[in-house]
Amino acid sequence: MIDFGTVVPKVADALFETLYMVTAAFLIAAVVGLSLGIFLFATRPGQILGNRAVHFVLNFVVNIFRPIPFIILLVALTPVTRAIIGTSIGPSAAIPPLAIAGAMGIARVAESNLVAVDPGVVEAAEAMGARPLHILFGFVVREAFGPLLLSLTFISISLIDATAVAGAVGGGGLGNLALTYGYQRFDWAVMALIIIVLIVLVQCVQFLGNWIAKRFID
Amino acid sequence: MSDRSSASAAAASSAAHEQTGPAGASATTPGTPATPGTDRIVLSGVSKTFTTKQGATTAALDDVNLSVGAGEIFGLIGRSGAGKSTLLRMINALERPTSGTVEVDGVDLAGVTGDRLRRLRHGIGMVFQQFNLMNSRTVYGNIAVPLQLAGMKEAQISARVSELLDFVGLGDKAFVKPRQLSGGQKQRVGIARAIANRPSILLSDEATSALDPQTTGDIVALLRSVNEEFGITIVVVTHEMDVVSRLADRVAILSAGRVVETGEIQQILSRPAHPVTAGLVESYTRTALTEAEKTQLRGEFTDHRVSVTVDDTLVGTPVLSRLARAHAVDFSIIQGGVARVKNHPYGQLSLALYGEDRAVEAFVAELGAQAEVIRW
Ligand SMILES: Nc1ncnc2c1ncn2[C@@H]1O[C@H](COP(=O)(O)OP(=O)(O)OP(=O)(O)O)[C@@H](O)[C@H]1O
Ligand SMILES: [Mg+2]
Repeated sequence: MIDFGTVVPKVADALFETLYMVTAAFLIAAVVGLSLGIFLFATRPGQILGNRAVHFVLNFVVNIFRPIPFIILLVALTPVTRAIIGTSIGPSAAIPPLAIAGAMGIARVAESNLVAVDPGVVEAAEAMGARPLHILFGFVVREAFGPLLLSLTFISISLIDATAVAGAVGGGGLGNLALTYGYQRFDWAVMALIIIVLIVLVQCVQFLGNWIAKRFID
Repeated sequence: MSDRSSASAAAASSAAHEQTGPAGASATTPGTPATPGTDRIVLSGVSKTFTTKQGATTAALDDVNLSVGAGEIFGLIGRSGAGKSTLLRMINALERPTSGTVEVDGVDLAGVTGDRLRRLRHGIGMVFQQFNLMNSRTVYGNIAVPLQLAGMKEAQISARVSELLDFVGLGDKAFVKPRQLSGGQKQRVGIARAIANRPSILLSDEATSALDPQTTGDIVALLRSVNEEFGITIVVVTHEMDVVSRLADRVAILSAGRVVETGEIQQILSRPAHPVTAGLVESYTRTALTEAEKTQLRGEFTDHRVSVTVDDTLVGTPVLSRLARAHAVDFSIIQGGVARVKNHPYGQLSLALYGEDRAVEAFVAELGAQAEVIRW
């Protein structure tokens, strides 16, 4: 039988740690990733800041991080994490690698969301005499807003996923708890509870993301 | 460029057009550089070459000379790839010529960049085949965009937008998103947006090509009233002869980047001088016979066969029957038709002639003195 008296507070603490890591990493990733994605788009040849060299470099940077499995990135970034956070263990230490992985993901999907905007809208904006930055933000980003929100939702769910990996190497959170109870103590009841909490969490995030995006898409 | 003065100049000259009618306007010789003051848009020796990444070059425009008068509706017609869009986009400098000059109201666009270019564009509206509306904004929001760009206050914007919505007949659709509109309604929004800033020039790139014939008629009528009510000079690009015939005062025919013919619409329709024009007119009217059809019909009608171009001289007067009676020639109709464009008849009749050979010769000679007659 599950000893709710001791298990529930543990799961609750772990959930808060996960939420803390995901929220902090997501906020940083969103700011960095969206900026990078918009810049990636704007420097494409033929776009308003069209610059083949800058675009190539940015693209290269994003492409370096994208294929690295998160666990390897996490370990590889240990010195960076220690320099920023002061430690490489605990929930806070998971934030830099999560934020970097999230930012690169957001940059890539944001760029493709922006590329998908009807070039006719840009043509109309130019014909109306809009300034380049206005065209970028007032037309292209605005038109892509709904899809961008769905992309952010998608990446935030990948971050929940990645926190579990971070937990495995001492990052805390639900992943860490699942590992201690499920893997080391074979306590399937706690595992089940953690899985249910994760499912509910992911569903809530997806629902919220869809709900907000829908207001912009329809 | 001052909007107010150019708009009133346009209105004045459009009134002049009304009085003199087509005959007055036909004084402009095709391709002749225009007199300053009467022409809004002048292209001189404009060429445009596109170079692809692979290094291949396309001559989209080749030594184009054109002028568009104030208050005029000018048609640009040609087959796909002829360079129509490229030419139209020169007028608001979305496209720059490789050589030659584009002048709008006497200003060479080559020297116009940055803020000056943006201000110029506030005075030139544009409508597109695919409407190019923002899906993230309502109808109201879409029409408000150019007004916001011009720095208008929110209170004035709302008054102006409702005025425009009434003009295009969408008064009840202000807060609907474009995706909920039909194609014709979307184009009405496109037109309202294009004229929101009271431009003096409107560029239309295949505005009706995505629409059914009925809706095309409605949009053509709307563009006409934009021209008549506000004196806006309109340049319409289309591949539909039907659209230019109902809309344009003058047309230029583009083929492979060259203007092969320029003239009054009814002159172009009744007496196309260039084979490309003839082809476009033919596929529009379907009154003329193709060579293949003629070959086939020669077997069926073994006597004398002629094709007669029909215009004012043959319609409403019994010329044909009088000549036939005078020469004791009979005729029957093989194929043909007559339509009216701007109140002038045009068309073609193919006839089989019966009678003595010499009588037929004399009939054809006398008819040929009054109308264009081809024996085949
Ligand atoms: N940006 C570009 N880069 C390369 N080639 C171009 C470009 N724009 C147009 N062209 C080429 O120039 C030629 C004329 O194109 P344009 O779009 O002006 O034709 P169009 O008459 O408007 O045709 P359509 O009726 O199909 O719209 C075509 O051969 C086209 O492929
Ligand atoms: Mg075109």
